[in-house]
Amino acid sequence: MIAFILRRLLASIGVLIAVGLIAFAMFRYVGDPVNQMVGIETSAAERAQLTHQLGLDQPAIVQAARFLINAARLNFGVSYQFKQPVADLIAARAPATLELALVASILSLAAGVPMGVYAALRRDSALTRLFQALSLIGISLPTFLIGVLMIYLFAVTLRWLPSFGRGDVVRIGWWTTGLLTVSGLKSLIMPSITLALFQMTLIMRLVRAEMLEVLRSDYIRFARARGLSERTIHFRHALKNTLIPVITVVGLQLGSIVAFSIITETVFAWPGMGQLFLQSIQNVDIPIMAAYLLLIATLFVVINFIVDLIYVLVDPRLRVHLGRA
Amino acid sequence: MRLQTAKSLVLAVIAAAALLIPAPAGAAEPKVLRFAFQGELKSVDPYQINESFSLSVNGAVYEGLLRRGPDMKLQPCLATSWEVLDPLHWRFHLRHGVKFDDGEDFTADDVVFSAGRVRSAGSDLKGRIPADAKVVKVDDYTVDFLLKTPDPLLINEWETWGIFSKKWSEAHGAAEPTPMNATTPPYAALHANGTGPFILVSHEPGVKTVWKRNPNWWDKRKGNIDEVIFTPIPNAATRVAALLSGEVDWMDPVPLNDQARVNANPETKVMTGPELRTIFLGFDQFRDQLGHSNVKGKNPFKDVRVRKAFYEAINEDAINRKVMRGQATPTALMIAPSLFSLSNDFHRLPFDPAESKKLLAEAGYPDGFEVQMDCPNDRYVNDEQICQAVVGMLARVGVKIDLNAEPKSKFFAAISAAGGFDSSFYLLGWTPSTLESFNVFQYIMGCRDPKTNWGGNNVGDYCNPKVDALARSALQETDEEKRDEIFAKAWRISLMDDVGYIPLHQQALAWGVSKSTHVIQRPDNYYIFAWVTKD
Repeated sequence: MIAFILRRLLASIGVLIAVGLIAFAMFRYVGDPVNQMVGIETSAAERAQLTHQLGLDQPAIVQAARFLINAARLNFGVSYQFKQPVADLIAARAPATLELALVASILSLAAGVPMGVYAALRRDSALTRLFQALSLIGISLPTFLIGVLMIYLFAVTLRWLPSFGRGDVVRIGWWTTGLLTVSGLKSLIMPSITLALFQMTLIMRLVRAEMLEVLRSDYIRFARARGLSERTIHFRHALKNTLIPVITVVGLQLGSIVAFSIITETVFAWPGMGQLFLQSIQNVDIPIMAAYLLLIATLFVVINFIVDLIYVLVDPRLRVHLGRA
Repeated sequence: MRLQTAKSLVLAVIAAAALLIPAPAGAAEPKVLRFAFQGELKSVDPYQINESFSLSVNGAVYEGLLRRGPDMKLQPCLATSWEVLDPLHWRFHLRHGVKFDDGEDFTADDVVFSAGRVRSAGSDLKGRIPADAKVVKVDDYTVDFLLKTPDPLLINEWETWGIFSKKWSEAHGAAEPTPMNATTPPYAALHANGTGPFILVSHEPGVKTVWKRNPNWWDKRKGNIDEVIFTPIPNAATRVAALLSGEVDWMDPVPLNDQARVNANPETKVMTGPELRTIFLGFDQFRDQLGHSNVKGKNPFKDVRVRKAFYEAINEDAINRKVMRGQATPTALMIAPSLFSLSNDFHRLPFDPAESKKLLAEAGYPDGFEVQMDCPNDRYVNDEQICQAVVGMLARVGVKIDLNAEPKSKFFAAISAAGGFDSSFYLLGWTPSTLESFNVFQYIMGCRDPKTNWGGNNVGDYCNPKVDALARSALQETDEEKRDEIFAKAWRISLMDDVGYIPLHQQALAWGVSKSTHVIQRPDNYYIFAWVTKD
């Protein structure tokens, strides 16, 4: 078991190093950061000097190594554009993204699971058809389009909800939250629905498929034979067993919700990490880009690591296999 | 743990209660100006980057010795008057009774200090004062500038040379703008202390910046704004929606496609006006063989007939009508007509495809040739579409263009000195920051000299020593009218005879404003909060 954990840890570090190397190899195709740091009248000599000072004239592998060594000491450098430590900038933006991701996850579960269950139990009802149609929209319409459509409906036409930003936030320690103010909650509605829509669709389809599968299994038939009520069978026996794979998927998807909030954040000018990342691409702000990519990679690696561990703990067959290997 | 849960519960209850209680209808509500722009404010230290957005917005806090009025004319600001004792010796008399936000008096020491700060290593505004000029305090309210060479344009960019407090800067380790490669966060990038109409309240980089009215400002203000909240909204559709829904009072820019919608809304309108930026096309005129063309062994753009043929193949009126929706102002000059007194003497070469074909044939390209065109796609108004129109027009005279449209970060990296001026044919825009012709001759028309940065943005290295000599002689001329006559001569040679560039148009400003907000639009696209009035 310990050997397994060590092996996985080493592999994780390998993944992070690879991400760093690939990132820096790609940065040279994004543009010249120095151009974004100085005005157009700045002389070529001054630009060259700055390029040298920033170490941008070194090979990508050297830049990547320097970044990774500093990152290992939790030093992510200073943003070229804002002149602020990248760690501070990301920490200031993280609450916005994490709150959005959390609310979106809860929304997608709260809507996706009942819809999936209903669609499995009443396969031919009109409502089920509606859910199916909705889920098709959720999967096929791009996020930014849904976001812009919602803005025009709810912010411009009806004027119920704000079209951009996070509203007023309350500071609790280093964390800022929009969950405690009216404007903060109102601001959260459209972005979180936009971000949740795809997940909701996924969960609904997953729950429906799993539920149908479970309803066909032997123990449900035995339950029926025991004369249990349909309600007990559906919600105590079937749903519980359905939820195991759903929880796994939701856990894995948490990483992608955080990572893919970039588009939602841009549409709603949501001041989170995704918007910071997009701004940094436009400005060729390499320290921010590198730190964000590394952070997202770490998030995925950690989630996968935990999932692997849980599998091993839960599934005895894997343990035996490991013992022999 | 439990305590915190309890605390957040209490807060949640309070928040829920707040939902139920309507806000009391306030008497004499403070006038809050909510302003949105497509880009972010990178720093509240105006010396950090020479970029018009940062300079204009930071101008709410930091004032220069001079400023410009709505008509762009120079006015006294922190200096009440000045005199040129001789061409190498300028004297400025400073305003009495001006205080910085921290309560300290503004004196000559601050001007001398700021003159040093603006020329220090980390500053991007080094050009505001010649490096070899000496700045000397005569008394507390008089400062002398001693120059090595005459410079009649010395004060042209001083509106955006904001004066810092010597005491404050030194006390906070901000005596110099932070070098670009610094590893510690600079104080002045997040805090400000100026003399201007507004005081910085908070700056969250890339998220939100708030200013409040400076009650002790020395001047009488035109506007009535008590607080300014700036939010960057990069997405154009969201920015338009924020204006239409009344969540922002003022935003920039409104995309051409959305202008009709903004005007159709009863509460909002688009304010347009010619911008000072000129959009033009440039040619590689220095390589012996073009970097991106099928013509080998020679450079067709070294032949003035080819350049003229390109000019005459382009129908700028059609570009203005179709691409710019009639909002641009076609131009024959590389400087905005409003900045040059003799601009009416200049007219574009006629649109004449037949003549263009003839010229190409004479130059030895009866069947045209192929060349790559580089074009930014996120820098100027409809930049990529302009280039696409140019591609179509040149195709009609037999020139095949491979269009390479890129984001500005990549585009400028390639065409700049660092990228080796790597372009054969390109679209670019330029606003002379000094608001007169010399700046254009210096950076765009001048023969490139890497040592002095003369011609530093002359990507194709159009070079005519006669033009350079005229421009330099104009700088010795202190009489404005005579100076413009010299510039007219230089423009005629460089644009009419040499066709060094193809000027296209001045693009239009497009501000979206709520009808209850009254703003003043200056053609240099500066946002001056002190001039804004809200009903």
